[in-house]
Amino acid sequence: MLLEQLINGITLGSIYAIIALGFTLVFGVLGIINMAHGEIFMVGAFVGVTTTGVLGWPLWLAFIAAIVVTSILGYLLERITLRPLRGKKGVSHLAPLISTIGVSILLENLSHHIFGAGNKPFNTSFSEIRINIGSITIYLVQIVIFVISILLMIGLTIWLSKTKAGKALRATADNLETASILGVDTKRIIILTVVIASAIGGIAGVLVGMAFNSVSPQMGLSMGLKGLAIIILGGMGNVKGAMVGGLILGLSETMLVAYGNSGYRDAIAFIMIIVILLLRPQGIFGSKVSQERR
Amino acid sequence: MKNINLIGGLLKMKGISRKIFSILSVAMLLLLAACGGNSTGSETKDNNGTSSTTDGVVSAKFGVISYLTGAGAAYGEAITNGLKLAQKDINALGEVNIELVIEDSAGKADQALNAAQKIMSDDSITAIIGPTLSTEFFAVAPEVDLNGIPIMGTSTTVDGIPEIGDYVFRNAVPESLAIPAAIKKAVERTGAKKVAMIYGNDDALTKGGFEVMERTVKEMGLEITTIETYQDGQSDYNAQLTKIKGTNPDLILASALYNEGAVIMDQARKMGIDVPFVGGNGFNSPQAIAIAGDAANGLIVATPYFGESEDAKIKKFNEDYEAEYGKKPDQFAAQAYDALFIYADALKRAGSTDREEFRESLAATKDLEGILGKFSFDEVGDVIMDVTVLEIKDGKFVEFE
Repeated sequence: MLLEQLINGITLGSIYAIIALGFTLVFGVLGIINMAHGEIFMVGAFVGVTTTGVLGWPLWLAFIAAIVVTSILGYLLERITLRPLRGKKGVSHLAPLISTIGVSILLENLSHHIFGAGNKPFNTSFSEIRINIGSITIYLVQIVIFVISILLMIGLTIWLSKTKAGKALRATADNLETASILGVDTKRIIILTVVIASAIGGIAGVLVGMAFNSVSPQMGLSMGLKGLAIIILGGMGNVKGAMVGGLILGLSETMLVAYGNSGYRDAIAFIMIIVILLLRPQGIFGSKVSQERR
Repeated sequence: MKNINLIGGLLKMKGISRKIFSILSVAMLLLLAACGGNSTGSETKDNNGTSSTTDGVVSAKFGVISYLTGAGAAYGEAITNGLKLAQKDINALGEVNIELVIEDSAGKADQALNAAQKIMSDDSITAIIGPTLSTEFFAVAPEVDLNGIPIMGTSTTVDGIPEIGDYVFRNAVPESLAIPAAIKKAVERTGAKKVAMIYGNDDALTKGGFEVMERTVKEMGLEITTIETYQDGQSDYNAQLTKIKGTNPDLILASALYNEGAVIMDQARKMGIDVPFVGGNGFNSPQAIAIAGDAANGLIVATPYFGESEDAKIKKFNEDYEAEYGKKPDQFAAQAYDALFIYADALKRAGSTDREEFRESLAATKDLEGILGKFSFDEVGDVIMDVTVLEIKDGKFVEFE
């Protein structure tokens, strides 16, 4: 039973981590919390449900469709709601936050009208594939989720530290003005960041749909809040922190249910986050120096 | 220059976690406020005809408070669809004329109260139907009762609802009637001795259902292996289910609404839990099969409404509903449909839109033939009717034997 619960916890934690990666990327570069990220994730899940369930597409195509749709959403989010607010005189630094909240409500209500209320099943034969080891059942989906989250983390870390675009992104995150003076196309970099973060959210949406077989217009809100808590726990703007924070939250929630009372699942998980932050206010991987946020 | 200041400000901000906290808390507050404010999308039908008697036909306006936006909007949707269909049928009969004023409660007690106040401020309203959730109903009904307006719940199954006051009624079969019937039949057939329980602990309906389940189980002398909870809108139940699986129960009692319940069953079956589930009122919906597919097989519920029944009235209701809204009706739609007929019948007998006379005639409702069977109110305004125990077998509801 312990082993099964560990698998449950790692699956949940990996999902949290993937969602947190999207938050952390946008925060690292733009310094804003993208409140619409949870809803972009939800849209990704619905794209998965629609393409596999209604249109009968294969799963890999569903992933691509989800990535395309959420990337477009990310692009629109940046162009329509974030860029016009950037660097304008008298714009409060809370303004982009508010405008992303607006986008999140818009997306939630929109999908409510398009797809209707309630849970939609995610029917793919892929989510039925399982491996039995003794009395323990592991689903391939659970392994895939874990592997994808690790790959995304490693990929992002390498991309940020080794590639030219990654370096430009870090320069932009460091100082937008200086980076643009030095010849970095900061507009392009910011768009790239938001689009990649959104695409990661889209991937997470399809994965969650497959793993839990439930997709609803409200799923973005609670996942979004958890993602937010995780980046604070792991350290704002830190890729490794998002991964570790996600796993900590997922595992602790699962273990609380397994060996404690399921009624206190969220409460105790968040109390734990508060305690960690009291001991390490900058988060697990956060550094006190604002420049080394990654 | 301004840019640099702004960016510098942001960087400084990021370094200090306390500031982040304050920003985050502002964000949460804003989010809450935003959630509270986004649910004004209500449907109101406003004809100029107020409550009056023209051509000898009584015309009345009924207020409807329903859960139309938010996580449980599916229930409000079914209820208002049922009401609208009933309105159409009643007005077509021509004995009385009914107008509905529909307000959204968003599943929140405070918004339900706001909606009720809006409806109550309209003097031409004769009576109210709704709100959807028992939690909301407990907030609204005492207020409405105080104002001397009859109110009826169509989906509020928790104990103690009609006892709120003289003007409070319901046609939803209470959990205390449905759940023991289902558990007894399930135990009779399976010979179960050990049961595990799971319920949503943040909703009056699922919590009330759980209390009835626990009481019944104790009365029957069954062993409870574990009691697990979940919260509204959760999507991962694997941790709770793994724990339940470890205790090897013969039967799982799930006090859940179908939206969550169907996902719970799906995840349970995937995990290799194949014992039957017993659910409450909220679990009884064809949507449970639509969501969980084959995993829904083995769900046992007691209900006044059997959608697959060969009964001519139910068949016609199914066809009409599907033609109008493109999906099968569930218990919520059927109960709402019957509720408006109960109101129409009371209105016909009262012959007036006076609230006092309407209440008197409503309380006297006896053996009214609805699609759910014969319906009467007892002395406090609660339901008297028969329930049927159903189970899902091969992807559809059949009578449990």
